[in-house]
Amino acid sequence: MAMEPKSWGRYPRVSGQKAHPVTWTSEPLPMPPEGGSLLPHGLGRSYGDSCLNEGGSLLTTERLDHFLGFDPATGVLRCESGVTLDGILRLVTNQGWFLPATPGTKFVTVGGAIANDVHGKNHVRVGTFGRHLRRFELVRSDGSRRVCSPEENRDWFEATIGGLGLTGLITWAELQLRRVSNPYMHQETIAFSNLEGFLKLTRESLQDFEYTVAWVDSLARGRHLGRGLFHRANHAPPQFSSRAPSPPRLSGLAVPFDFPGLALNRVSVAAFNALHYRMRNQGLMHYEPYFFPLDSVHHWNRIYGSQGFVQFQCVVPPGDVGVAALKEILDRSAHSGMPSFLTVLKTYGDVPSPGWMSFPKAGYSLALDFANRGERTYQLVDELDRLTREVGGRVYPAKDSRMSPESFAAYFPERERFAQYVDPAFSSSFWRRVRGAG
Amino acid sequence: MKKVLVLGATSAIAQATVRLLAARGASLYLVARHSERLEAVAQDARTRGAARVEAEALDLDDFAQHESLVERATAALGGLDGALLAHGVLGDQERAQRSYGETEKVLRTNFLSAVSLLTPLANRFEAQRAGTLVVISSVAGDRGRQSNYVYGASKGALSVFLQGLRNRLAPAGVAVVTVKPGFVDTPMTAAVKKNALFASPEAVARGILRAVDAGQDEVYLPDFWRPIMFLIRSIPERVFKRLKL
Ligand SMILES: Cc1cc2nc3c(=O)[nH]c(=O)nc-3n(C[C@H](O)[C@H](O)[C@H](O)COP(=O)(O)OP(=O)(O)OC[C@H]3O[C@@H](n4cnc5c(N)ncnc54)[C@H](O)[C@@H]3O)c2cc1C
Repeated sequence: MAMEPKSWGRYPRVSGQKAHPVTWTSEPLPMPPEGGSLLPHGLGRSYGDSCLNEGGSLLTTERLDHFLGFDPATGVLRCESGVTLDGILRLVTNQGWFLPATPGTKFVTVGGAIANDVHGKNHVRVGTFGRHLRRFELVRSDGSRRVCSPEENRDWFEATIGGLGLTGLITWAELQLRRVSNPYMHQETIAFSNLEGFLKLTRESLQDFEYTVAWVDSLARGRHLGRGLFHRANHAPPQFSSRAPSPPRLSGLAVPFDFPGLALNRVSVAAFNALHYRMRNQGLMHYEPYFFPLDSVHHWNRIYGSQGFVQFQCVVPPGDVGVAALKEILDRSAHSGMPSFLTVLKTYGDVPSPGWMSFPKAGYSLALDFANRGERTYQLVDELDRLTREVGGRVYPAKDSRMSPESFAAYFPERERFAQYVDPAFSSSFWRRVRGAG
Repeated sequence: MKKVLVLGATSAIAQATVRLLAARGASLYLVARHSERLEAVAQDARTRGAARVEAEALDLDDFAQHESLVERATAALGGLDGALLAHGVLGDQERAQRSYGETEKVLRTNFLSAVSLLTPLANRFEAQRAGTLVVISSVAGDRGRQSNYVYGASKGALSVFLQGLRNRLAPAGVAVVTVKPGFVDTPMTAAVKKNALFASPEAVARGILRAVDAGQDEVYLPDFWRPIMFLIRSIPERVFKRLKL
């Protein structure tokens, strides 16, 4: 079955992909057709081409979605790799458990979360998703099956976490969840007038708040460069369990079709302000709108029109070098005439990940969304990539559609060791691009 | 339905229904052919909150097992008040036209095996004067069409059988629910090009439980199939036989 090429940013577009649904863990992997290759595909919530495989097959995992066991006494959950984070949260929050690390959307699969070693707003405290993995099964195109954990097949474990789906298909995984008292968050939002303000709030907040993240006004320049809103939060303590707010009604809102380019400014900025308005009030909040504010509008990516958009997410080192780089990046973006509509600034800690190719490292992470305006946009993003490389930072493959082979080599020092673990039948558009192979 | 026997438990529609029943805390006896797949479905149901889940790997084309299967399920769950028959095959119309063997296979699995299972189930439910029989038939059984009349005949026969059974069991307070899905996006239809008429197994499962809860006799899923099938049934045979359907 031919299928619509899909990644969240809808750029680049690739053609000739065939979907091969995987329904049961016990199924053997299909052999790739002559000249083609295989790539696992979750919910396509990666922005660029790391979940795409031009001219090849996608092993789709939507039906690989069985729970295999949950122990409410220990918080150990076993499930197939197509289970979504949404499915997990719906199962466990009422039993007093929560995911230790969650990205900004719950519509990702466990397999996708492992392959990109995703992180949340609490990276400083808990590190990445891969830190909380106990085991998983990896199936290779030669028919071999390995249970991988820190004890068993450790090299495969470490290669596959953050391994971009290239080491084989993860069929199931076992996670250690974390305890919570109730499904609520206690959060507050504080405005800051420039980057220094952000740094000060970060210093003050990291001790007492598990989750911190900032939204930055990318249009602000000069004295106000880097102004924005700082959100900090903790899971609500037990005393709130009874008098908590009711969970949100599903909005059922969806963007039904691609917006014409003209509508972009007004529509997206308005949608955006509305979201932030909701977050302004301090206090108790259900976990859903707190963690996943964008999920309440399905297909919000269509707001960028049919050309899609390009996200750029980097991490730069802590301290002066990193801060200078952040300023430079924000400044270029503000002056480009193509401002980013959603700009998010986070702090990462030094909790190491087992994954050799894991993206986060200590410092500041900045994510910018640019509507795709062709060459101008690519040039800007390429320049931001170069700036990141110069200060010893790193760009996130899950969000990338532009990084050069040179940048990839600079960002991922373990890439050659990793390459030995790549399944010979597996590949992706991203992998071919950053290996300089077409 | 609190204690439910599910036949063909690894089918996409059955799985989705099992998940909803599990979340309601039902006890389940699951039957399917592949033991590894069945185990995944059983574990899933346990994790989602089923009070109790038993699984038995069995080929339902082995009719000799049917009576004892119903007994085993009843004993294992400490009673039975519901059954979902969801096993079936699409078959290959062209092959069936060439050889009766293929036709017989489709009729055996889709019609005869259901009858063989419904016989002991109906008798047990009639005697206990309670219970719900839910059977997946198909819109294809409403009218024979050249493109799949063998499958259609197996489901049409099933629908008629269920009508009679419902008529017989109504005085005993036993419900018989005929489920008529249209196109469903499942591995069974993986090779078929999808269009707007395709429904998800999850939507069909929700419709099944809605029909059971509301005490409906026959349900089209999604319900837009009811008027469509009404129209298709109303076309005079003289005209219909010339159509390429
Ligand atoms: C609104 C939004 C917010 C986001 N916020 C964050 C964030 O805060 N932090 C963060 O880290 N990320 C974030 N992301 C990115 C997202 O978390 C990752 O891209 C995630 O990996 C997507 O998962 P997926 O299931 O959609 O996988 P896909 O995008 O389909 O695939 C991702 C990768 O996983 C591989 N893969 C998928 N399944 C398997 C499997 N079974 N076995 C082996 N490999 C597999 C694929 O081959 C591919 O390389 C965000 C994305 C969106 C859209």
